[in-house]
Amino acid sequence: MSSHDSDPRPLLLGGPALGLRLLVFAAMAAGLMVADHRDHHLSAIRDGIATLAYPVQWAVQAPVQAWSAVRESFATRTRVEAENVRLASDNLVLRLKLLRYESLEQENQRLRAVRESSPRAVQRSLVAEILRVDLDPYRQRVLVNKGTLAGVFRGQAAIDADGIYGQVTRAGPLSGEVILITDPEHAIPVQVNRTGVRSIALGTGRAGLLSLPYLPQNTDVIVGDLLVSSGLGGVYPPGYPVAKVTAVVRDPGQPLLAVEAAPLAGLDRDPEVLLVWFDNAIVEPEPEAVAEAPAQAPAQPGPQPADAVATPAPGETP
Amino acid sequence: MMLGTRVNFGWGRVVVITVLALAATVVPLPEPVEPFRPNFVALTVLWFCLLSPRLLGLSYAWIAGLALDGFAGVLLGQHALTLTVIAYVACKLRLQIRAFPPLQQSAVILALLWLNEFLLFWIDGIAGHAITDWRRWIPVPVSAALWPLVTVLYARFAPRR
Repeated sequence: MSSHDSDPRPLLLGGPALGLRLLVFAAMAAGLMVADHRDHHLSAIRDGIATLAYPVQWAVQAPVQAWSAVRESFATRTRVEAENVRLASDNLVLRLKLLRYESLEQENQRLRAVRESSPRAVQRSLVAEILRVDLDPYRQRVLVNKGTLAGVFRGQAAIDADGIYGQVTRAGPLSGEVILITDPEHAIPVQVNRTGVRSIALGTGRAGLLSLPYLPQNTDVIVGDLLVSSGLGGVYPPGYPVAKVTAVVRDPGQPLLAVEAAPLAGLDRDPEVLLVWFDNAIVEPEPEAVAEAPAQAPAQPGPQPADAVATPAPGETP
Repeated sequence: MMLGTRVNFGWGRVVVITVLALAATVVPLPEPVEPFRPNFVALTVLWFCLLSPRLLGLSYAWIAGLALDGFAGVLLGQHALTLTVIAYVACKLRLQIRAFPPLQQSAVILALLWLNEFLLFWIDGIAGHAITDWRRWIPVPVSAALWPLVTVLYARFAPRR
């Protein structure tokens, strides 16, 4: 380490100057935190840092991606053939389903026209690649390579081929941050597909586990039930698969059921997700999902699950 | 900031080290190793504090912390606050710490990093998303154990006079 022999200034640092600087910096940091936590005022600063960080983040994960690309290109012939067979059979099954789907969609359109309600199907989607970057390991969030320049907005839903993935929490110019449905700060309004019962599925912070803590004891829900998005709150398009119920614990001493579900989307293995735009003609008032949680859980003393992240304003579409 | 006058400090080198530390914080690691990732930015800040507190003291800690917040996508300002606090302690005690033998130095660094993590834990709790997973404390001893290595490695970047 260096010495500063010729430095005329006092050898010992400290005194009021250092303490004062600590106070000033601490106050600045505290101000930033309050502003960021309260109202997300700091999107300009965030975007600035995110833009500066993006090249580094990209460079960091590039070798990993390159390696998987190289491995992919040296894939053996037998594996490719096996994959081809599987894809062909998948294709057949999907086309069969599609035949039925088209007639069902027609019918649905007719019925909706009768009821004069507009369909809320996904209209446009954008493929975003997930950067292999480790953000905070105890939060379920990922970074994607599309930002506001590609039209991405905060609160946009992200889905994959199997179900709902999450939503955009931060959209910088070049990159966006997606919060997964399993993040402890995330809540998604869902519906049991079999019975139509509505509830909220909360993330747990563990990959592959959602919890539904607001279902009363007498609710008809069994293991294996499919949970689909209900579309309340206006963030997610309705009717998309979210999770399958894996455990229902009926404890007569408790007012509510303890229900666990496993998300269907490949949250920890997807290389890319679809960011979707859907016709959100019937927009519920923004605090809908927030109000719904306590309404369904009158005896729940725990912390309120839905905060700003759970229901970002749906009207932020550019 | 008096730069370049007496101590020929390469600002380019400071930037490179900082960016490398930030990159090491987000580089993808295999799942089992992930919780053991050392707190590279905190180690860098402490090392710069002990080396050259006038040039790279609290203000450097604050800026590096803010950059880390942006990189990791957490609450803006939380690392800025905690790193400034430990930088303050390190600057205050730097003459003692520098005189310590390596093992004792590591112990002081351990205490500082623990303070850093505790403040972060506290802020998380206040902000309403506490992470109670015990594994969040693993990086503290891991980083402290790495301290002797850091001093050797970074000494190559020490200012030449």
